[in-house]
Amino acid sequence: MSVSAETFGYVADLVRTQSAIQLAPGKEYLVESRLMPLAREKGLMGPSAVDAYVRDLRRNLDRSELTRVVEALTTNETSWFRDSSPFTALRQNVVPTLRAQHHGTLRIWSAACSTGQEPYSIAMSLLESGESRFSVLATDLSSAVLAQARRAEYSQLEMNRGLPAPMLVRYFVRSGAGWAVKDELRRLVTFAQHNLLQPPPTGGPFDVVFLRNVLIYFDAATKRDILARVRRAMRPGAFLVLGAAESMVGIDDAWERVATTSGSVYRVPGGIS
Amino acid sequence: MRALVIDDSRAMRRIVTRLLQDLGFVTDEAGDGAEALALLEAGTTYDLACIDWNMPVMDGLSFVYAVRERREWRGITLMMVTTESEHDQIVRALAAGAHEYLIKPFTPDALKGKLDMLGLVPARENA
Repeated sequence: MSVSAETFGYVADLVRTQSAIQLAPGKEYLVESRLMPLAREKGLMGPSAVDAYVRDLRRNLDRSELTRVVEALTTNETSWFRDSSPFTALRQNVVPTLRAQHHGTLRIWSAACSTGQEPYSIAMSLLESGESRFSVLATDLSSAVLAQARRAEYSQLEMNRGLPAPMLVRYFVRSGAGWAVKDELRRLVTFAQHNLLQPPPTGGPFDVVFLRNVLIYFDAATKRDILARVRRAMRPGAFLVLGAAESMVGIDDAWERVATTSGSVYRVPGGIS
Repeated sequence: MRALVIDDSRAMRRIVTRLLQDLGFVTDEAGDGAEALALLEAGTTYDLACIDWNMPVMDGLSFVYAVRERREWRGITLMMVTTESEHDQIVRALAAGAHEYLIKPFTPDALKGKLDMLGLVPARENA
C-alpha cells in the first residue's frame, strides 16, 4: 500500500514551493501516513484514499486545504521547549517551591522522552535559572529513539523547532551537517529504557516527573495504574507535569492540582507550599 | 501586526510572506538591506523583520546594525532567516542585535514556533 508516483510528485512539489523543504524519493510512506487522516476526513477510504484525496486537491486548489497538506508533511511533534508553559512553570513555580523543602539534588524524571528534546530542555531551563544541583533521568520504551537521544545530535530542521537562538549558541556545537549537545548539558541527563506498564525506574524518589502526551494512548484503568506507580516513585510534595490538553479529572483524585501555573501541573499531597 | 520580509530571492520572499500572511501579518517586501532601510526611513512601522544574510547592496548583518543604532526602531523584532548556519555567525548576529535566528530550510511550524516564542502572535489567525 503506497501512494502513486503522480501523487508523490505533486505533493513533493507543493511542499517544496510552499516551504522550501525537499521530500526525497523514498518518503512516499510519509505522504501516505500524514495525509491519510485528511483523506478520511473527506470520507475517502481504502488503499487508494490518499491518491483520491490528492486528485480532489489538485482539482479544487482550496488554499486552506493546501496549507493543511504542507503542515501535515512538515510538522513534527518533537520540539524543544514543547508547549513552553511547563518550562516556565518549572522555573517560576516548581523549583522555588521544591527549594523551600530541601537543598539536595533535585531528581527529575522525563518519562516517554522520545529523541531527548524534553530532558535537554528541562536541563537548559534549570541551568538558565541558576540551578546546578539536579539530575534528569530520561526514559522511553523505544531503544531506537533512546539511541538518538544518547547520541545527542540533531539535524538543522530539528534545531529550528522551539529552541531560542541564545540557547542554541550556549549549549550546542556544530557537528557535521547538524548540531550536537555540549558535554556540560549532556552529562546532566541519563537515559534508560523503561516501560510505563512496569515498576518505576531506579533513580528516585523524584521531585518532578514529566509525563506528557503519553497517557492518551491508554484506557482509563491503565492510566490509573500508571499514575499510581508514578506517584509511588515521587517524594511527598513532588510535581507531576502532564501534557497541555491532559487532565486528571475523572481518572485519579489522589493529586492536588497546582492552580498557580498554566498547563496541567499536579502535586503529590504532603509537601510544604 | 506588520512584517517586513528582506531577501534577494523572490521565491523565498514569497514563501515567507505567505506564511506570515497565513498567521495574520500584513507584509511588505524588500530585496536587500538598503531597500528595507528606505521603507523604515519613509516612516512605516514594523513589528517584525525577517532578514536574509547574504544580499547585494546591503547584507542582513549590516541592516541589523543599522536598525539597532536608531532608538525609534527599537520596537522592531529582528529575526535572521538564512542558510548561514555556523555557530559563530549566529553569535555575531545575536551580538549585532538580532533577536532570533531561523535557519533555511525551515518548516512552517518552526517559523510559527519562533514567533510564539517572541510573543508575536497576531490577533487574527487563519484556521
